Order: sequence, then structure tokens, then C-alpha cells
Amino acid sequence: MIQAGVIGVGQTKYDAKRRDVSMAGLVREAIDNAMLAANVEFDAIDAVVLGKAPDMFEGVIMPELYLADAIGAVGKPVLRVHTAGSVGGSTAVIAASHVCSGQFKTVLTITFEKQSESNATWALSPRYPFSPHINAGAGGYFAPFMREYIRRYEAPEHIGWKVAAKDRQNALKNPLAHLHIPGIDEKMVSETPMLWDPLRYLESCPSSDGACAMVITAQDQVGSKNVAWIKGMAVRSEGTLSAGRDEVNPQAGIDCAQDIYKQAGISNPFNEIDCAEIYVPFSWYEPMWLENLGFCDLGEGWKLTDKDATAIDGEIPFNMSGGVLSSNPIGASGMIRFGEAALQVMGLAEDHQVEDAKIAMGHAYGGAAQFFAMWIVSSSLD
Amino acid sequence: MKKVAIVGYAQHPILQNAGALNEVELIMPVVHQLFADLGIYQDDIDFTCSGSCDYLQGAAFAFVEGLSAIQTNPPIKESHVEMDAAWAMYESMLKIQMGDAETALIYGFGKSSPGDLDSIISLQMDPYYISPLWPDRVSLAALQARVLLDQNIITREQMLAAVIEARVNSKNNKNALITDLIDESEYLDNTMISSPLNKLDCPPISDGSSAMIIASEDKAYEFTDHPILIEGIDHRIESSNLGSRNLSSSNTLQASIDQLDLNNIKFDVAELHTQFSHELPFLKSLLNLVDVPTNLSGGPLVGNVMMCAGLDAIGKTFESLKENQFKHGLAHATSGPCLQHNMLVHLEKQK
Repeated sequence: MIQAGVIGVGQTKYDAKRRDVSMAGLVREAIDNAMLAANVEFDAIDAVVLGKAPDMFEGVIMPELYLADAIGAVGKPVLRVHTAGSVGGSTAVIAASHVCSGQFKTVLTITFEKQSESNATWALSPRYPFSPHINAGAGGYFAPFMREYIRRYEAPEHIGWKVAAKDRQNALKNPLAHLHIPGIDEKMVSETPMLWDPLRYLESCPSSDGACAMVITAQDQVGSKNVAWIKGMAVRSEGTLSAGRDEVNPQAGIDCAQDIYKQAGISNPFNEIDCAEIYVPFSWYEPMWLENLGFCDLGEGWKLTDKDATAIDGEIPFNMSGGVLSSNPIGASGMIRFGEAALQVMGLAEDHQVEDAKIAMGHAYGGAAQFFAMWIVSSSLD
Repeated sequence: MKKVAIVGYAQHPILQNAGALNEVELIMPVVHQLFADLGIYQDDIDFTCSGSCDYLQGAAFAFVEGLSAIQTNPPIKESHVEMDAAWAMYESMLKIQMGDAETALIYGFGKSSPGDLDSIISLQMDPYYISPLWPDRVSLAALQARVLLDQNIITREQMLAAVIEARVNSKNNKNALITDLIDESEYLDNTMISSPLNKLDCPPISDGSSAMIIASEDKAYEFTDHPILIEGIDHRIESSNLGSRNLSSSNTLQASIDQLDLNNIKFDVAELHTQFSHELPFLKSLLNLVDVPTNLSGGPLVGNVMMCAGLDAIGKTFESLKENQFKHGLAHATSGPCLQHNMLVHLEKQK
């Protein structure tokens, strides 16, 4: 298979309302940053892959049509991916697949959400014909899964607060993060109102505008550029309501992680992966994914969080950028994880850089915790 | 580069109004027909990809509902494009070429009957300056028809012929929605919707689904001695700004023609995703298909399932090659107003 690598990552400043830019301006901001980082011009781009969550989040149907000019796709192939919340990750995987197939040398990929144009909780709560109406939004939907995790493993209440505080402390080191909350700590989180038991206000992700872009290229195009080599990538899906499905520890997540570890030759992710950007939109998902992704045994995830293993200077740093808990332009949130993982192994993560990061993981999930996309990036090809 | 073959295609009968039939009930029959035809099951599929549009069903995540139509336990490698399923086939082909899969299942589904397609599709345009004017799909198509007529690139007679011929050809297509023959006077008497397009120049509102299975060339020989290979494929998008496009030509289609060297191939058959009557003579001329039997299935004018019709053009070309002594087929899929985004697929049957 043709080896592919990331040569440029570009992001926007994330904010609740980016009123200074249109949707086209928002995506172009990230693209310009990615092209600059990769030091390539548009004539070097062979195809464009665009991803975002549901069209109802902005009210533009198949936005690759409207955005064709802004994303530099005119005259080129463009593909629009939509795989629920995992879309930012799966878009990166599909962009890399364009290169690995041998059809294309260099691909630009872009994901975005401009949540301020609409109301995500409205868009997520439609009335389906012949089905009961669940006006839950995402937090209400996932809260029972977290309660079940807490029940199974007798996890103490403060674990959620701890994750929320840790990710927001990391965000203070990332100038692009949406939430910068000075003095954030566990106590501040614990004093915010309960939204969906066990989730308090500050244990939930924000609603953000933003975009993330990457330039991915084939090995023979890299030259002397700084590159994050893609050592493994995979997607997995499982049905919403299949019999025997464990929503707390979904089989699709387990299978997807094991697939990329095998591709990357990783047998012990806890020891071999230097840091990870994992999709944690609600605090309790950190310990849940630590277990699902095989960083520890079942029931041990909250203990790793409790002993600061996931802190930026811990044994397995999680979400050094501040994560989804600090910036959540939904369609881009997965790609930010993938791009931030790439920045770590390229040594470009600035104030939230993990020292000597050589192998990093990017992760995204979506739907009813049923769609997964992941990759492993490395500073070296070997 | 690894070659990829189409090994099976199935289409739901196109319905004017599928009523209470939901996504799962539309998708399951075509997927299971394909599995039965090929003697395989979901376990034999390495990658699955679908195409659909949330706005048609009026709810986010249409594809999540659709996924219940197939077996996902154990979990599967799966993806979705918010595009015509022709692009789901494209993504699946890349997965096979990179060695991540040997077989792929593709499906598309759409129900245009529950909503107002004209209002819905107007949300494809620039949301700040154009969509607030609610430009409907017929009026946008009419802009291009007017340009083509005024510049004598096509004639009104060719548009009439496209409509009459589509009805005649519908007899070849057991799934066609519209099969009544019409004559010239009926065409001329029809209601003008948006000049120069009258009602019969436009496709019918349609509900339905389709599915396809593709495989690596090696794998394809397990299903047939004469695989139908995707010999060439190319797709490109044009500007969203209609005012900056030359609607009387298509520089992206021209680029695809050159890329695929189509002018040096003698095609036996073609199926074009021409939703409006004027698009057929326009594309036949552009693609050098004037003497090539085109849209033998009747094409979108006798049934136009949104998010499937492009995949259907590829599927119908595949069927024509399979059932006849044909060697080369050309399929076309499109997206966006005035043929903004076009895919060309050159299929070749192996001896």
C-alpha cells in the first residue's frame, strides 16, 4: 500500500459565534492555515474531501456545492462525507484513502461546523414518523450510558469533574480553543448546575463555530517536509439497536482500535502510544474510552484518570489541546483530534506539546456511540 | 493501479409515493436481492457505503436509520456520503484500490414524496445571497435550457424527442415509474413550469432505492467469467456561482473526457443522469455520443430517485453490458444545479 502522511494542519479560532466570517470564510481560514503549514499551493491539490455533521446544523444541503470555490475544489474531484459525530475522523480516513489508493498524490481535506447558524439540539431532535419523540439532544442521550458505567465499576462522582477541569486547563495552553476559563478546577465544575445526571454544565462540551483542514500527501511527494506518517487508520460501525449491544463499551470501538494497533504494530497501547486526542464531549467518556480503546482493563479507566495518568505530563496524556470539552464545531471535532495528533508527532503543538511525542492517536465517535474512526500517526515511517 | 469490477446491481421499483415504507423497508429488498443473486451475505462484504440526503426525510441522520437495513453485528467497516450513491461507489472503489477491501456494498435511497422538493433543493445554493430567493430546481435547470436553446446548441425538437424516447425506452425497464407513451401534441399542450421547461421536460417526483456490489478484479472472477470493469472514472465540480459558469459548455466534463480519453473509445451504450430533457441532447453532443444508444432504461425522465439516480445510471449501464453483446459503456452521474458536479464512468466487459 502507498504510504501517506499529513504535511499541514490548519485550524480556525474556535468560538461560540464566528460572526466575522461566512461559512465559506470559515472553511477558507482553516484551509489557508493548512496550505501555509504544508507550504503547497492549490495547483498541487488533486482532490478535496469535505466532511461535516448533518446539513440541518446550518441549513445548507450538500454544502460542497456552495463551497466549491471557497475550498479550492473547482475543476477537481470533491467528496462530501457525513458519518455523524465521527465525521471529522472518517473524513480524514477517506482523504488518506484517496492517496493510498494510488489515484491521487496530494489531497486537501476540510471539516467544519458553524453551529451559530442553527440550533444543533433542535436538529438532533426531529420527530420521526412512527417513532416516539425523544427531545434529548446529545447529552441526554449519552447520560444513561455514563450512569451505567458508574454503576458497573463504582466510580466516584469526582472523576467527571476531574476530566472536565483537566481538559479546560489544557485549553488555557491552546490559543485556538473556544473555552478559556481562568482558574478552572474540580470545585468550579462541581458547583455548576446538573444538566443530565451525572453531567453538570461544565462537564459538557460547548457549541462552537470552527473548521479544521489537513493536507495529506503520498510518500514520494513529501521531500524534506515535516510529516506525520499515517501508520494505521480504520472505521467501524454498529447498528443503533442491535441485540446484545453494549453502549458503555461498544464492540465497534474495540474492533476499530485493535485494527489500527495491528496496522501500526502496537501491542501495548498504554506503553507504546505517547499521547492521544480522544473524542470526549462529556467528561465521563474519558475513562470509558480508556477502557474501550484498550489502554487498561475494564473498570480501571477511572482509576487512571484519578491518578492523573491522562494529564499532559502523565503516562498517557489525553486531549492536550483541550479536547471536545473545550472546542466543539461538531463536524470538525473529529478532524481536530486527528490533526492535533499529527501536530504532536510533528512537534508543532507549541504550548500543549507533549515532550518527545513520536506516536499519537486520533479518535472520533458518533451516532449513539456506534460510529468510530481512528488513526495512529508517527514521526517516522519505520 | 488495482482494477475494480461491478458484480451486481439491484433497483427497487420506482414509486410515486412510497407512503409509510421507511428507509429500512426500501433498502432491505434490494440488498437481499443482490445477496441472493450472488449467493453471498453481509459477512462476505468488506466495506459498505451509502448515499442519502437528510433533508429528503426531514430529519438529521437519515443514513443512521438506513443502516438498520443491513447486518452490523459484528461491527462493519462502513461510511456514508451526503451525495448521490454514485459517489458512495467511488469511495468504495478507493477502499478496494488501497487494499482495504476486496468487496463492497453500496446503496442509495431517497423519498422525495413527503416534502416539497423544489423548496428543499433550493437550500443547495449560497445561503446568504441565493437561497433566500428560494430558487427552485426547475427554474435553475431552465436557465441552462434557455442558454442552450438561445445559442442553438440544442433544439426544442431534440427536447421533445428526449421526452418521447424516454417513454418508449421505459419498456426496457421493469422498475420505471412512468411508462405511458406520449405524442407531440400532448407534449406541446403541457403546462409550462419555468420557460422553456414544461412539466414533461422534468423528472417525476420519485421514491426508491438501489444497491450495487463491486469487487476487486480477482474477486470478480469468482462471480462471473466476464467481469465488467471500471476502466476509467473521473469526477469534477464547477463553481457554485452560476454567473461565473459557462452554461453552454462544461470545462470540467471536457477535462474528464480528456482524462479518460473517451474520444478514442467506441461506446456501445450510455446511461446519462439527465434529469431534464434539454440535458440529454446537450450531454450527448458534449460526450460525442450522438450515434450511441443512450438511456435505454428511459433514464431519469421515467423515474428519478434522488440520491440514487446517478448510481442507477451506472447500474443500468452495467446491466446493458451484461445482457447484450456490448463491450464499452459510459455512465454519467451529476449533482448540483445546472450539472455543477459530474462523474463519468467507463465500463468495459472482459472477454
